[in-house]
Amino acid sequence: MQPIRKIASKTVVMPSANIDTDQIIPARFLTITTKDGLGRELFADWRYLSDGLPNPDFILNKPEAAGCRILVAGRNVGCGSSREHAPWALLDYGFRAVVSTEIADIFRSNSLKNGLLPVVVDAATHQWLIEHPGAQIDIDLERMRLTLPTGVSAAFPMEAFARHCLLNGLDELGYLRSRLQDIEHYEAAHSV
Amino acid sequence: MIESMSLRTLFDKVWTAHEVVAETPDTPAVLYVDLHLTHEVTSPQAFTALRAAGLPVRRKDRTLATLDHSTPTVTEQVFGGVPIKVDAAARQVHELEKNAVEFGIELLGMRDARRGIVHVISPELGATQPGMTIVCGDSHTSTHGAFGALAFGIGSTEVGHVFATQCLLQRKPKTFAVNVEGRLPHGVTAKDLILAIIGRIGVSGGTGHVLEYRGSAIAALSMEQRMTVCNMSIEAGARAGMIAPDEATFAYLHERPRSPKGKHWDAAVERWTALRSDPGAAFDLSVDIDASRLEPMITYGTNPGMVLPISASIPRKSDNAAFDKALAYMGFQAGDSMLGKPINVAFIGSCTNGRLEDLQSAARILKGRKVAAGVHLLIVPGSQQVKREAEALGLADIFKAAGADWRESGCSMCIGMNGDLVPGGQYSVSTSNRNFEGRQGAGARTLLASPFTAAASAVTGRITDPRDMLAA
Repeated sequence: MQPIRKIASKTVVMPSANIDTDQIIPARFLTITTKDGLGRELFADWRYLSDGLPNPDFILNKPEAAGCRILVAGRNVGCGSSREHAPWALLDYGFRAVVSTEIADIFRSNSLKNGLLPVVVDAATHQWLIEHPGAQIDIDLERMRLTLPTGVSAAFPMEAFARHCLLNGLDELGYLRSRLQDIEHYEAAHSV
Repeated sequence: MIESMSLRTLFDKVWTAHEVVAETPDTPAVLYVDLHLTHEVTSPQAFTALRAAGLPVRRKDRTLATLDHSTPTVTEQVFGGVPIKVDAAARQVHELEKNAVEFGIELLGMRDARRGIVHVISPELGATQPGMTIVCGDSHTSTHGAFGALAFGIGSTEVGHVFATQCLLQRKPKTFAVNVEGRLPHGVTAKDLILAIIGRIGVSGGTGHVLEYRGSAIAALSMEQRMTVCNMSIEAGARAGMIAPDEATFAYLHERPRSPKGKHWDAAVERWTALRSDPGAAFDLSVDIDASRLEPMITYGTNPGMVLPISASIPRKSDNAAFDKALAYMGFQAGDSMLGKPINVAFIGSCTNGRLEDLQSAARILKGRKVAAGVHLLIVPGSQQVKREAEALGLADIFKAAGADWRESGCSMCIGMNGDLVPGGQYSVSTSNRNFEGRQGAGARTLLASPFTAAASAVTGRITDPRDMLAA
């Protein structure tokens, strides 16, 4: 995985609360056996009309969304199914961070493992972002701060180990495997 | 002070017993996994990662695979040599069959008599046991918490971690006591109870927490009903849901194929009996629910927290775009009464309500009645064992006589990736767990409810209070 330090981009804003992973990637696209190419199906049922043409009212089909790397979503984004296809689809489309006041547990964990930054901000910062779609913002993972174009910067939390892995481009499996001796001791001690 | 700090919750006890390495400010805990369940949808990429790294599945004896999400429920496609209708689903099924052989893991495959929805078969086999840690690449893994296990859903990368190390990196969640006292009234089920709990705490009310369902109303539930409750913990955003094991748990597990036997059974029951929260142990959050005041519940919107007592009307909310969007999707208006709304489909099944007691509930309503003209009632057993039991008890005959469609086991119309779909725009009263937009098919409108309510609504063709059809 590539190290991640900073993301600077305009935002796409989807203010609805509780955007679940079935919306991010509908179940009928989960029959793939790889991770690739899911960007085409990202938000498929919102993004395309029933005849398959782009829905002109959906934010990702508007010209101002082109090239945006940061998705600002309503609270509790990523709730529902544990499908890791959700962060895979967001990344394949081009997003690098999801910003909200609340991010569902499994989606947050899955995002961290793939280099999609889950950024939880305070309500005031979130409100500003919702009211200013397309704002150019900076996300600094090293300092754990999100900076608005007004110059106001807000701290965001990030689990220490996940942050370490993202900053250094490390895979968590490498660390887990480095503890194999501890795992063997545990199994011996617990007769498992 | 010291004394109160040593009091531990059920969750604390199970968590601590599985810490290979405790968490520090810099590193999460290394948590041991006793049982890893896996299925065809979230495992292919994990096997690919193992193959790329040249790693084996470290503990094949703690790994159990089955096929459930993509599998057809049409008998001819499962047993009759007719190809699986959905090509991509067929490929995914074959991929797991190949991976199971290559990595040497046990697969309860397409024609295995023990196959079924992963969260139905593991308890049925006695593989799910109190005090275990159980994970699966599936958010409804919370089901197994009904046995006092710590069970939660993970993503495919973590599936790979467990394959390779039998462990996960985890931060310790917080605890949330859901105290349910009183007796559920006649016709009000475990499904209504969990829908009411989600309605109360909200779809993110449990985020970052492990719920423990406690109190006299929980103790009075059968194991199958407890599984229904724990199953939907994730719909409240919770990491997991747990219920302390008791005599009902032990009676359910006794003599199951994979339960401990003989002196091992006695030792296990002694160990399991200690798995309860110490009196006075502190929880980070708590809520009190009075079971005796509940009614049958039904959802009206596009997440499980948008739920009402069946006799209620849809609330009015001003200046709430998400609420308005949900009602527009459902084709409902604020102020509408739920009772009497026409339906097109009723689905009875899923890891939430696809067990024998659920089918017995449906049969109580359907016996001697007919499904309304123009309504499709699909009844899908949670496992092949549930199917055999339902057939032996004559339930399947009742269903067929009523005009229902009786199928082979699987996730079916809960997730709609196997050919079983609700057509766009149609209303489906479903015993499953998610009423998200498009969950049962693009444009499908899902109303979550109990097996009683789904069966009663299938009979009238309208949303119906099942208590009207249940003899007192």
